[in-house]
Amino acid sequence: MNQLKQEFETVIGLEVHLQLNTATKIFCGCANVFGDDPNTNTCPVCLGLPGTLPVLNKQALFSSIKIGLALNCQINPYIKFDRKNYYYPDLPKGYQISQFDLPVAWDGHIDISVGNGQKKTIRIKRAHMEEDAGKLIHDNNADCSLVDYNRTGTPLMEIVTEPDLRFSQEAYDYLHILKLTLQYLNISDCDMEKGSLRCDANISIRPKGQTTLGTKTELKNMNSFKAVKAALEYEEKRHRKVILDGGQISQETLLWDENRQRTLTMRTKEDAHDYRYFSEPDLVPFVVDEKAIQDIKNSLPENPDEKLERFIRDYELSSYDAGILVADLSLANFFEDCAKMYPDTKKICNWINGALLQELNARKLNLKDIDLSVNDFIAIIKKVDGNILSNLAAKDALRYVIDTGKSTEEIIKEKGLAQVSDEGSLLVVIDEVIKENETVVQEIKSGKESAIGFLIGQAMRKTKGKANPKKVGDLIKQKLL
Amino acid sequence: MLSEKQVQQIASLARIHLNPNDISFLQKDLEKILDYIDQLNNLDVKDIEPTSHVLPLKNVFRDDVLKESLDQNTALSIAVEKKNGSFKVPKIIE
Amino acid sequence: MELYELTAHELLDQIKNNATTPRDIQQSLKEQIERVDQKVHAYVRLFADGLNAIPDPQNACPIPIAIKDNMCVSGQETTCASTILAGFVPPYDATVIQRIKTQGCPLIGHVNMDEFAFGSSTETSCYGPTSNPWNLECVPGGSSGGSAAVVASSESVWAIGSDTGGSIRQPAALCGIVGMKPTYGRVSRYGLIAFASSLDQIGPLTKDVRDSALLLNIIAGPDPMDSTCIDRPVPDYTQSLVNDVRGLKIGIPKEYFIEGMQPDVKARVLDAIKLLKKQGAEFVDITLPHTEYAVATYYIIGTAEASSNLARYDGVQYGLRKQPDHLRKSTLVDMYEETRSRGFGKEAKRRVMLGAYSLSAGYYDAYYLKGLKVRTLIKQDFDKAFDIVDAIITPTSPTTAFKIGEKIDDPLAMYLSDIYTISANLAGIPAISIPCGFGNDGLPVGLQIMTKPFDEEMMFRVAYAYEQNTEWHKQRVQL
Repeated sequence: MNQLKQEFETVIGLEVHLQLNTATKIFCGCANVFGDDPNTNTCPVCLGLPGTLPVLNKQALFSSIKIGLALNCQINPYIKFDRKNYYYPDLPKGYQISQFDLPVAWDGHIDISVGNGQKKTIRIKRAHMEEDAGKLIHDNNADCSLVDYNRTGTPLMEIVTEPDLRFSQEAYDYLHILKLTLQYLNISDCDMEKGSLRCDANISIRPKGQTTLGTKTELKNMNSFKAVKAALEYEEKRHRKVILDGGQISQETLLWDENRQRTLTMRTKEDAHDYRYFSEPDLVPFVVDEKAIQDIKNSLPENPDEKLERFIRDYELSSYDAGILVADLSLANFFEDCAKMYPDTKKICNWINGALLQELNARKLNLKDIDLSVNDFIAIIKKVDGNILSNLAAKDALRYVIDTGKSTEEIIKEKGLAQVSDEGSLLVVIDEVIKENETVVQEIKSGKESAIGFLIGQAMRKTKGKANPKKVGDLIKQKLL
Repeated sequence: MLSEKQVQQIASLARIHLNPNDISFLQKDLEKILDYIDQLNNLDVKDIEPTSHVLPLKNVFRDDVLKESLDQNTALSIAVEKKNGSFKVPKIIE
Repeated sequence: MELYELTAHELLDQIKNNATTPRDIQQSLKEQIERVDQKVHAYVRLFADGLNAIPDPQNACPIPIAIKDNMCVSGQETTCASTILAGFVPPYDATVIQRIKTQGCPLIGHVNMDEFAFGSSTETSCYGPTSNPWNLECVPGGSSGGSAAVVASSESVWAIGSDTGGSIRQPAALCGIVGMKPTYGRVSRYGLIAFASSLDQIGPLTKDVRDSALLLNIIAGPDPMDSTCIDRPVPDYTQSLVNDVRGLKIGIPKEYFIEGMQPDVKARVLDAIKLLKKQGAEFVDITLPHTEYAVATYYIIGTAEASSNLARYDGVQYGLRKQPDHLRKSTLVDMYEETRSRGFGKEAKRRVMLGAYSLSAGYYDAYYLKGLKVRTLIKQDFDKAFDIVDAIITPTSPTTAFKIGEKIDDPLAMYLSDIYTISANLAGIPAISIPCGFGNDGLPVGLQIMTKPFDEEMMFRVAYAYEQNTEWHKQRVQL
């Protein structure tokens, strides 16, 4: 195997399709939403009915330029749309409005980490706008398929890399960094499960040192980043085996079968489409001047790298801790909101990266999926500071707040989580403990002060953890010493 | 100039089924028209910009504002066949 | 004259003077249609409420109108005279239809046309041919042959057509009426079933120039639904109807007076020039050197765009759906191919295939791209000409109306009947055809006036000045 790895180099390029989260579709005023009843968000335009015409959604173009800038691309000052002609029932006009020779953005790059603090630059060949197709529903029990055109006309951005990736792991890392970068722009849900982010891959292998590319296959139908990695690994092995067995790779499009963890031929080169691209006569060209591009550039939110640096600098976080926050924009934003209300940013970070992430991981949820207010979260930390909650009780309180949506105050009251600090009630318990542990008391009195811890433990048990342990210790000392 | 096979290929590109009769008349007609079109080869257009739009229009947008969609019944009123709120087509095997 | 023979502006005057009522006009047209449409065969669909509904007295312009069958009318079957769209009832109005409805013009019905506007004779319609009211054995021209025929036969006061390569002007010429194609971008194309998106334009077919200006007033103007419709104010075109051409410079392109032109057509056009000269217009010889390439360029660009525009007729959503008796390729591909094979007529197949070919891998540069480049040259010819002249005058068609069946099997001969009209579409400029007499066969001859983009006012002015000094526009066919 090692020998094989030396002999061959894998070459991977990725095509990511991203649905933009504009309020309306790219060429008509229908709602751009996911999950509604079939064919309820359609109009004559997105149904492609005879005589209807597209008009470009301004926001979709702005979002696309943002993406181009975030990926360090050149923005084309003059863009146009083209028709990509092919037949499929989910494509109501018989062509897709896309961009062929003058895409919104081209010649960009993003960096991925390749270990040892090293970075590798992945070049972005181009990023172009197009319209999404509808959804085909295959009914296995019936002799028909159904078409839902709600998705038709959802604005899409297709982001294409140069064939710069060499390992499936690099592809995986690239996708993570790309997704994070895009999430920071707030122009898409970037949700692979809902199909708002989709990925196709091109893969070929060649003898090490060779500069020309080997014959590639195109992989489709991967529903997660993991699946992309698995499909690439499968295909990499298949390519090697075919070539080592003296065969030739045939250029084809393959579908990833997640259940069987293998690829299946979708179409061969002979069936390849002749898309007959030509300039879309129903849309006029778009000219974006330098000033407009600069304005958009200035309006771009901070990117993940910038945020990381700032968190380390301004909040004195370790790069590890800051890294965890920055990897999830909602977490990072939550942290910053907390920091406005509470001065000890390290403590906030510990609570977020510790207790809060634990709760989220246990639920397999992200912060944005739950309804936790900064107020309630800070209230918990402050209760610990004020000795009203023990660390343990605070974690319970956080769990209840997340589960019920009630306020920290309510939860502490309802669940009786507050520490007991008032001397009167604590003394009653302490007296009991002293009475029940004569031997230990004697030991303490004869100088073994460390045994006080045992008595504190007993008191805590009697109060079901609600006693303030420091107060209990002080009171015992007062009584016995 | 155009072979029968080419005519078949073009028909297939245009998703039109041709019966043998169609092929021969289309082969003749298309050839004649293409011959006529070939007079454009008399022109040197190397340095000429193509015209896709005759008007010098640019930057025509709409704002990202919601408009009312068709209700499902109206959308499906045009359908050849419908089922469960969707357009029904012959079974597609992928 | 009978009510149905009058122009829209004459009828509006009569209504204003209480000499007639909108109801009387409807009734008069209804009777005329019943009497003559069996001979002309121009209507493919009469709308139930068109001539029957009682008009609202508030309506600004209660003059009934006929609509070419390629403009979507909400709730009315709209088919482009093609089997493939049989049964298609759009749930929306074309913008032009909306504007006409807003003015209160009753929509009489859809009129015949060449299938998808592919033709110059209205013979490729799935509903069969329409006759020229001046000679029922002749074609009315096309593709807006139905629109021209109903106006010429007084089955409608006026009509709306579309013009991609002459489809309004050529039938107007052959039927002896006024037909005008506005500047590309002057009238919204939303709801006009596309043939060639960069060439198509909707326009009026009327009995005289004033009606043409009136109808353009109604239909022109920006539309948020059409990106290619220019946001530019619409002047009142009737203001440009002044009987005065003194000092105007009019160009005569030598390339338009060529061999193959019917001699009596040429004679009538020269007569018209003489008349305008007498009225004070100055004529200059000009050259539009790339004219001979216009037809070839048009057939490349037009068919390429059409092949894409017609891809949606595939049996998936609406219209015709057919499946062959035996499986050939796959159920899906078979449905596409059988539906399109049976839904499209010969000419539609020819054009869709020609277009697919000129866009296909390996041929794009030699055909489509070259077409776009020659289009630039043709447009530049006009730009240069309009630096010198205010208007250009040419014949509209090289011949008068030809016999039904005469050219149907010779596509190239048919294409060449648009030789004088195609350039205006390629250059995007406005052009009008007005009647300028009759050929030796007794059939009408048309005069074409072209002006620079968005100078419809100049075009109307020249047309009106000619018309006001002739009687051709007052001739009515007796059927």
